[in-house]
Amino acid sequence: MNDIPLLQIDDLAVTFETRGGTVEAVRDVSFRLQKGEALGIVGESGSGKSVTSYAAMKILDRNGTVASGSITFGGMDLGTASEAAMSDLRGREMSMIFQDPRSALNPIRTVGRQIEDVLLRHSQATRHDVRAKAVEMLRKVRIARPEERYHAYPFELSGGMCQRVVIAIALACDPQLLIADEPTTGLDVTTQKAVMDLADELRRQSNLSMLLITHDLGLAATYCDRIVVMEKGRIVETAPARSLFDDPQHPYTRRLIAAMPRRTAGLRDLLPTGDAERGTAPAAWPATAARPLLEISGLTKTFAKKRGLPGRLLGKAEPPAPAVDDISFTLDRGESLGLVGESGCGKSTTSSMIMRLLDPTAGEIVFDGERIDQIPRASFARSPLRARMQMVFQDHTASLNPRFTARRSIADPILRLGRRGDGRSVDDRVAELADRVSLPQALLDRFPHQLSGGQKARVGIARAIALSPDLLILDEPTAALDVSVQAVVLNLLADLRAEMGLSYLFISHDLEVVRLLCDRVIVMRGGVIVEEGATTEVLTDPKDAYTRELIDAIPTIEPRDPRPGAAPAAAAAALAAR
Amino acid sequence: MRPDPTMSKTVPNALPRSPGGRLKGAIGDRLRLAAYIARGSTTTMLAMAMAAVFVLAAILGPAIVPYDPLASNPQAALQPPSFDFWFGTDNLGRDVFSRVVVATRLDLGIAFGAVALSFVAGSLIGSLSGYFGGWVDAVFGRLIDVIMAFPLFVLAMGIVAAAGNTVENIVYATAIINLPFYARIVRSEIAVRRESGFVQAARLSGNGDLRIMAVHLFPNVLPPLMVQISLNLGWAMLNAAGLSFIGLGVRPPTPEWGIMVAEGSNFIISGEWWLALFPGATLMLAVFTFNLLGDGLRDLVDPRQRT
Amino acid sequence: MGRLSLAAGRIALSLPTIFGVIVISFLLTRALPGDPAAYFAGPTATPESISEIRRSLGLDRSLPVQFVGYLQDLAAGDLGRSISTGQSVLSDLLTRLPASLELTFLALFMSLVVAIPAGILAATRPDGIIDQATRFLVTAGVSLPTFFTGLLLLFIFYFKLGWAPSPLGRLDILYLPPPAVTGFYLVDSLIAGDIETFRASLAQLLLPSITLALFTMAPIARMTRASMIAALGSEYIRTARAAGLSRRTVLFVYALRNALLPVVTTLGMVFSFALGANVLVEKVFAWPGIGSYAVDALISSDYAAVQGFVLTMALLFVTLNLVIDILYTLLDPRIAHET
Repeated sequence: MNDIPLLQIDDLAVTFETRGGTVEAVRDVSFRLQKGEALGIVGESGSGKSVTSYAAMKILDRNGTVASGSITFGGMDLGTASEAAMSDLRGREMSMIFQDPRSALNPIRTVGRQIEDVLLRHSQATRHDVRAKAVEMLRKVRIARPEERYHAYPFELSGGMCQRVVIAIALACDPQLLIADEPTTGLDVTTQKAVMDLADELRRQSNLSMLLITHDLGLAATYCDRIVVMEKGRIVETAPARSLFDDPQHPYTRRLIAAMPRRTAGLRDLLPTGDAERGTAPAAWPATAARPLLEISGLTKTFAKKRGLPGRLLGKAEPPAPAVDDISFTLDRGESLGLVGESGCGKSTTSSMIMRLLDPTAGEIVFDGERIDQIPRASFARSPLRARMQMVFQDHTASLNPRFTARRSIADPILRLGRRGDGRSVDDRVAELADRVSLPQALLDRFPHQLSGGQKARVGIARAIALSPDLLILDEPTAALDVSVQAVVLNLLADLRAEMGLSYLFISHDLEVVRLLCDRVIVMRGGVIVEEGATTEVLTDPKDAYTRELIDAIPTIEPRDPRPGAAPAAAAAALAAR
Repeated sequence: MRPDPTMSKTVPNALPRSPGGRLKGAIGDRLRLAAYIARGSTTTMLAMAMAAVFVLAAILGPAIVPYDPLASNPQAALQPPSFDFWFGTDNLGRDVFSRVVVATRLDLGIAFGAVALSFVAGSLIGSLSGYFGGWVDAVFGRLIDVIMAFPLFVLAMGIVAAAGNTVENIVYATAIINLPFYARIVRSEIAVRRESGFVQAARLSGNGDLRIMAVHLFPNVLPPLMVQISLNLGWAMLNAAGLSFIGLGVRPPTPEWGIMVAEGSNFIISGEWWLALFPGATLMLAVFTFNLLGDGLRDLVDPRQRT
Repeated sequence: MGRLSLAAGRIALSLPTIFGVIVISFLLTRALPGDPAAYFAGPTATPESISEIRRSLGLDRSLPVQFVGYLQDLAAGDLGRSISTGQSVLSDLLTRLPASLELTFLALFMSLVVAIPAGILAATRPDGIIDQATRFLVTAGVSLPTFFTGLLLLFIFYFKLGWAPSPLGRLDILYLPPPAVTGFYLVDSLIAGDIETFRASLAQLLLPSITLALFTMAPIARMTRASMIAALGSEYIRTARAAGLSRRTVLFVYALRNALLPVVTTLGMVFSFALGANVLVEKVFAWPGIGSYAVDALISSDYAAVQGFVLTMALLFVTLNLVIDILYTLLDPRIAHET
């Protein structure tokens, strides 16, 4: 190992000036990054991991300051470096890629020009060869037809391709350090793997050092040599990747690792040890032999493509592709069925149709022996069946009315659809529901913006079970939550199902989460079902190539061979096309 | 109970809450909100105080002025501002100060009336178009487009000219030209939220369309509307005064700021500046007050505009 | 879809609006309370002349028939005859339009030149001194009743200081108007190479256009500031900074170009303000444009002239909006994608 680290941070503290006073975001952070090393910084939201990397680049927001500590890059003290010197370093010696690649690119400048801007700024190209070099960079990040894509605007490219362009901008001047700040958040799991494999490969080729900021332990385990774990602005543990997972020292690291859904853990294993209620996972109600609760056959939805007036005048008609194409499945009473697929596969459209929030183009939906697809969307609100099927939404913040208190949100379905005259006041019912989802009653009079993510999830769940429905559709209920909160919420859902005899249709992109909660799983792609079967079977022995790809793409903390760099050429090419 | 890592976090309350939480003292809440807004900036506080002065003048106006605003006094014509006549007297010897104060009621009344009308009609049109979309949206959208296709002050001129030269028609014309702003804000705010999670959840809870619109969606549109109302009050005053300046609506000898400036403009060239200056400056101050208030509200509603 | 066909689409989309504008102005002429013919005949009319006018206006026929007649008149360029000038309304408006346009365009040019840099400066240092000052001036500017500002400026610069020429039209009576090419005296005098006349007409234009500019600056500066702040806080700016791009590139190539898009959209609203305020400014400065023409017509109950004015202003505004729309379509590559 080299004697002088490429990046050395000592006792870093960063503070932010806010209206509420000075807030310390990061404190006592020290680590070093060697040449050619990949270091992961892992933590949940608010742990200060991103702030640390912004401080290293000196691109903190205006109200943020490095209060103390030192940052040394290649032997140079960045604390005293002028803005001009820093701007020379950025992009040439140290680069950064961000989450949400689409908004990280200038929306009204072609991607080619954006790469050229960096090359010209750091004198890595002349006016004559800059275009050739930009196209070369696009080719290097495996963008197909780079000459053509040179002229593309970001909105014309997919999220994965935008992230490749961001990588091309970052690596255009051959820097020594790449900081990747949650580079795959918001991308599908297979795209995530393709993008990370590419970054990893380019990194190895040019002996680049990488700082990977992520909330995903699995991602850090797959792509990093060493890992720093942060909690509430401080480092709790630093260790080589392997030993961190085999033998975590700090209790927080242990909790974090435990909470991660993985092949070898059951639902209860995700909770911290020593939890009184940990016990064994509740047994679900036995599926009854009677008629299935939900029968779907030939369900299809085609969205009419919107055309502007010129299009209509010219009579150009593009045949729209169905979002959901002739799918059929059943859900038994008491069963929990997973519906898995990447964005755009039609899983959310399917759930909206079953919930009767969306009218199907064709097909039948039979709920408890009654056809419901014929009831118009608008009048279903008054149907007695409305109370028997409810839903928990993915975005807990958006799914709560910002002007309703938690109490009012939970009470709403009871007031609208509740059976009258059962002797108890609505307030009592709400209190009981809050207990059921472990939401402290003191929080019932708060507005959504005064609640944390986990608390909002509980309010959403309480509202969904308020009418004791038969069917609960869970639309990625934990996708927006930190991993430790996810563990708690998943366990809550399992308990509720056992106690109340609910049937779940669980929609997710995450196969590991589905494995924990579902008996059976359906895999969707492009609006059709590609595989269906018992969860354990599908996960251990997938029949469909796409299912296999999906499973392989999940980053895991368990050792897996071969290393990502050694993936077969054909698979790499297939991923590159995405 | 299972430990939840999120439970320990307490999110600070953005608004001061009444003790007991569930007690809804509507008036108390409003007052607390006003206090909260005022604390945000001294400018906003000042604007609130000035607005209160104007509203008081509108209510008490005729009762507190030193002279009858309509009584002419040829002996005291065209006197410069003095201790007796703070703002001087006009060519008929009427006290300019009394006329300026008494005019407050009419100017504010026209503006408030017009804004209230366009708020109600615009909210209704905007809610329906935003929520239902489709042909409802298309029909209203066209109507709004056509109104907006006129330079607004010119349209107001045309309406008053056609419908008759009265104060009521000034109110209607001002309401019509302001309607598009409300309709568009409400439409876009409702359309953004139409398919949002909480509206879907409300549908699942058995709320019908009208109830979703009125109870779930509309209250969420109110903050940006409040900003619009405040900014719009000033703009409505300017419009009404502008119309009477060119001889529409209010007729002499009724005291009104716009017409007083018009009358006074004839005396500027001969040096009797106070006839036009005081009503004009008062109008400006009133508009400025409501614009400042709107700006303060806007900062609160959308802090991103500020930092 | 190509941008050209999109621009063509915009033009097609404005056709229904133009039709709506014509319907509204038709209704405004027919919605007159009492007997429209009496209004059109003017205050000195006799019963005979009123019934004559009723026949000639076709008011004895059904509304749809009247509308078709109205359309035919419009197509023939017939907006009726002005009672006060005795000329056809169309020729009156056409002679006066350049005066109004010259005033409006000069005012808009002035306010753009001041407001956009002010907005940018304010946005680069939010809550700094320049920002606070801009905010205050902008709010004050939009609160100014233009007729009052105009009088105030006249009082100070003409009556007190004597710097400005007397507010009596486009050119002092000592000068002859330059040979008409564009109808804009500033341009025409330059074409004729007559610097004296250029200076004289600029002197006349200065106060009214400053009055108008003060009023229109506010929305432009406010929008520039807001969208510049939004652009500077966006993630692509962070990417650009992280790539070491110079401050100048970040500010002008990345932030400003994005920030100007919403400003272009606001221009439509600004034109609406400007054309409306124009009427008041023309009245104050006795500017011989279509605004003062309309005010005079209002006072003498010359309704054909008023309606002709309203329709002309609306068509002018629709055209300006169309130009802005097409400009926007050409500036923002995303528009082609969305529609």
